[in-house]
Amino acid sequence: MSSAKEYKTITEVKGPLVFVEKTEPVGYGELVTLRLPDGSAKRGQVLDTSDETVVVQVFEGTTGIDRETGVKFLGETLKLPVSEDMLGRIFSGGGKPIDGGPEIVPDEYRDILGAAINPYSRQSPHDPIQTGISTIDANNTLVRGQKLPIFSASGLPHNDIALQIARQAKVRGEGEEFAVVFAAMGITNEEARYFMKDFERTGALKNAVIFLNLADDPAVERIITPRLALTAAEYLAYDLGKHVLVVFTDVTNYCEALRQIGAAREEVPGRRGFPGYMYTDLASLYERAGVIKGKPGSVTQFPILTMPGDDITHPIPDLSGYITEGQIVISRELHRKGIYPPINVLPSLSRLMNAGIGKGKTREDHKQVSDQLYAMYAEGRDLRGLVAIVGKGALSERDIKILEFADLFEERFVRQGRDEDRGFEDSLEIGWELLATLPENVLSRIDRKTMAKWHPKNRGKEEAMVQ
Amino acid sequence: MERQLGQIYRVSGPVVTAVGIKPRMYDIVKVGHEGLMGEVIQIEREKSIIQVYEDTSGIKPGEPVENTGLPLVVELGPGLLKSIYDGIQRPLPVLQDKMGDFIERGVTANGLDREKKWEFTATAKVGDAVSGGMVLGTVQESASVEHKILVPPNAKGTLKALSSGTYTVEETIGTLDDGTELQLMHKWPVRVPRPSKEKLLPDIPLVTGQRILDGLFPLAKGGTAAIPGPFGSGKTVTQQALAKWSDAQVVVYIGCGERGNEMTEVLTEFPELEDPQSGNPLMDRTVLIANTSNMPVAAREASVYTGVTLAEYYRDQGYDVALMADSTSRWAEAMREISSRLEEMPGEEGYPAYLAARLSEFYERAGRVITKSGSEGSVSVIGAVSPPGGDFSEPVTQNTLRIVKVFWALDAKLAQRRHFPAINWLNSYSLYNASLAPWFRENVAEDWNEVRNECMEILQKESELQEIVQLVGSDALPREEQLVLEVARMLREIFLQQNAFHDVDTYAPLSKQYQIMKTILGFSEKAKEAMSAGAPVAKIIAIPARDELAKARFEEDFDTLIGDIQKQMDTQLEGVIKESRTQLGEVTA
Repeated sequence: MSSAKEYKTITEVKGPLVFVEKTEPVGYGELVTLRLPDGSAKRGQVLDTSDETVVVQVFEGTTGIDRETGVKFLGETLKLPVSEDMLGRIFSGGGKPIDGGPEIVPDEYRDILGAAINPYSRQSPHDPIQTGISTIDANNTLVRGQKLPIFSASGLPHNDIALQIARQAKVRGEGEEFAVVFAAMGITNEEARYFMKDFERTGALKNAVIFLNLADDPAVERIITPRLALTAAEYLAYDLGKHVLVVFTDVTNYCEALRQIGAAREEVPGRRGFPGYMYTDLASLYERAGVIKGKPGSVTQFPILTMPGDDITHPIPDLSGYITEGQIVISRELHRKGIYPPINVLPSLSRLMNAGIGKGKTREDHKQVSDQLYAMYAEGRDLRGLVAIVGKGALSERDIKILEFADLFEERFVRQGRDEDRGFEDSLEIGWELLATLPENVLSRIDRKTMAKWHPKNRGKEEAMVQ
Repeated sequence: MERQLGQIYRVSGPVVTAVGIKPRMYDIVKVGHEGLMGEVIQIEREKSIIQVYEDTSGIKPGEPVENTGLPLVVELGPGLLKSIYDGIQRPLPVLQDKMGDFIERGVTANGLDREKKWEFTATAKVGDAVSGGMVLGTVQESASVEHKILVPPNAKGTLKALSSGTYTVEETIGTLDDGTELQLMHKWPVRVPRPSKEKLLPDIPLVTGQRILDGLFPLAKGGTAAIPGPFGSGKTVTQQALAKWSDAQVVVYIGCGERGNEMTEVLTEFPELEDPQSGNPLMDRTVLIANTSNMPVAAREASVYTGVTLAEYYRDQGYDVALMADSTSRWAEAMREISSRLEEMPGEEGYPAYLAARLSEFYERAGRVITKSGSEGSVSVIGAVSPPGGDFSEPVTQNTLRIVKVFWALDAKLAQRRHFPAINWLNSYSLYNASLAPWFRENVAEDWNEVRNECMEILQKESELQEIVQLVGSDALPREEQLVLEVARMLREIFLQQNAFHDVDTYAPLSKQYQIMKTILGFSEKAKEAMSAGAPVAKIIAIPARDELAKARFEEDFDTLIGDIQKQMDTQLEGVIKESRTQLGEVTA
């Protein structure tokens, strides 16, 4: 590696990009080291290569690079040394240990781009993960191998929710090995410390691998941080058989970095200046979640992104939503009402929920209860709008009941403590309690059989019959 | 054409520039030492610009490039059904054997199994004059589908030899007088539509078992439909429901730039599910093409053409084929990505200026035709569209709507309310209603179209009334209009909503669809009568038969239940009428 030839033929430095001329043939995506006149070194990657010019993207920023800087092409793509010893360690956003501990003695070097999982080799995700949060477990069930982002916005408690999930997540009745891979992209020092403190407080750190790219670290490094994290996660999952929960925060900062590089390369921008390939790029991260047939582990992703201006149609949440298997949407309105966790179930969705619930997994009535709660809450919220105009007096008796249901739903079902860990049954029982306040003929999502067996008023009867 | 060798000049992501070869547009080239597959998409003087179907990391200028002189082709023959391919017809199970659970590059794989033997029964006779598209014989490809072996479209002559027997796809089954050897398999370039004799008018519906689709916005066999919707509104669930239940004999499902887990779901579910037409596993009639969002973008661009070519091939055998493309927006984005790497002048929102042309070329490959062998076949195309931000004014949705005849508008608001399928009945349309009317009249019920129109009117009326209700509340409406709201609610909750995950409700035969509509309208009529007798709305809607109807659609013995329910409904409303008359009598007395 060190024998590679050094070039001093930089012609242009522009934003994070360096243009180098008159080189021997250089491979696309090759790793590059740059030696600055002051003796410091930086790393980069080839973005475009031809007989005449090579374009290098510098991870650590181009500050201090001049035309005298030496450029070396290493003849291989960026790789991460992986080993079980990564657990409990903290790395920079570029993959260097920053916790004062020793370098990792690698079992292997893995290409950080990661190849696509053959869809034929995938196992359809179907094991529910209990997060202990009712709005997720009952209405938006998370399953192993899923990618389910939190759509939040500035000023909302997404970090608390992410931590609560990382703390409480469990699969029922099995003593399997869990690990958390945490990748911070452009978050502030303060936020990072908050996460670290919680990891230490709960002892979660020993089963976690942490990559930190903070707000004052170079933006370009953010492009590789999540890929390092996923490479570590895949190793832990598919080689060591662990169930890995990957938390990214904040994807919005990642996309900003992507836009920055696109602009420096003078690419034709897509919506709001973001590159046209952002969908494909995000997919190359999100699609690395999954379960592989015949392999014990799994990679589940929990990316956090903040929606600029609370706008769910902004390209970042929008493109994410098209790739991920649902989304958990945090609502400013509920947060203002003082409800924690302020998850609005209406725009939230878990696409893989149906595969993970029902008889033998959670409970046979799960789907119907969930649908009914949704429908009633949606109607209740509409009625709130109506009441604001015409007053409660104009509502029918049925509508008043539904209106009251919506309030109860927020107070009893959505609201829970930061350390309150509800089981699937607990959440469904609260659901039934609330549904029982409504006349039976409005419960159109529940079929006769389920009604007879699970409606609180029928419970006693059935037991009596069995006896 | 002899093979030419050149070398790489530049590599920029999936776009590679080569010098030293003189290819034609869309020729396939092998790039680099590993021979990665690529396609020529632009020629600039001595430079050929190539889109590469695999990852290009580590590829260097100076590496060799070889022109094969052939366009991108697919292999057509028995063995397509039950297969799962990537965008360029490489079978994914074979790729798994060769490279493990992750897709590495530089591996080639034949579309059709070379080892497998098929039992061929010749139907054409030696001495017959044959030409492209005519049937030579048959192979039982799967329990559901008898594969017709066709004369390759460009061949013509007199059959000199042809014999039944057991063959692999490459073995010679016969010859023409000009010496052309015939096999079970032939190849066809994906970007060229396969020829047919004549296009027919679409006057037979593609029955899908989905009430809102068949009942209100039917698609014709050979027709085109678009399902645009924001994320989470149920595009994929709708596409999969169509793939499962539509009465096509062959289904081609293209997962174009979508989620890996979704393809896996189809792969695990389809072999388990039963085709309602034949009773065999659904997989027996299905070809899957999976090019997920993180697989190479150039292969995503090709996947749509690969899919439609396979569909046309089964059409040419005289079958009705349904092609689902999920999602055409990802295909358009693949075009945009390649176009931007080529530094082409962009059109709207960065999409290439030829976006509209490509979309219309694709949808035009749909149609019901008389095939070259004289039978009837069709390709119906259903394209999902994923508009950014759910905004239907964006270029892909708009250019698609200019071509397709059926528009199933998914609505995030309905989805949030768990109204599924979340198809907005006010925004959607089908331009086939008129041409399909005679079929429904003959095959389902004499008054199908009248019943349908009446339901549509009630729903339309409801939306007008809702605006007033928003202002003054429903109690302020006249009684007749309150009743309209109630009937519309029944239509929405009992007819339009359909649970794709419920064993019974997931598929509704046309007769059931008709009965539900008819019963609700029957209720409406009788309720009006009750109302003129002075019965209050609350009484009318409280009759138990109404709830019975709501639950009956989940029951397996719907056909027997429905008669009872109609009777009960009548009796109960009669009761309400009598009661009101008595009370009215008491008051007057």
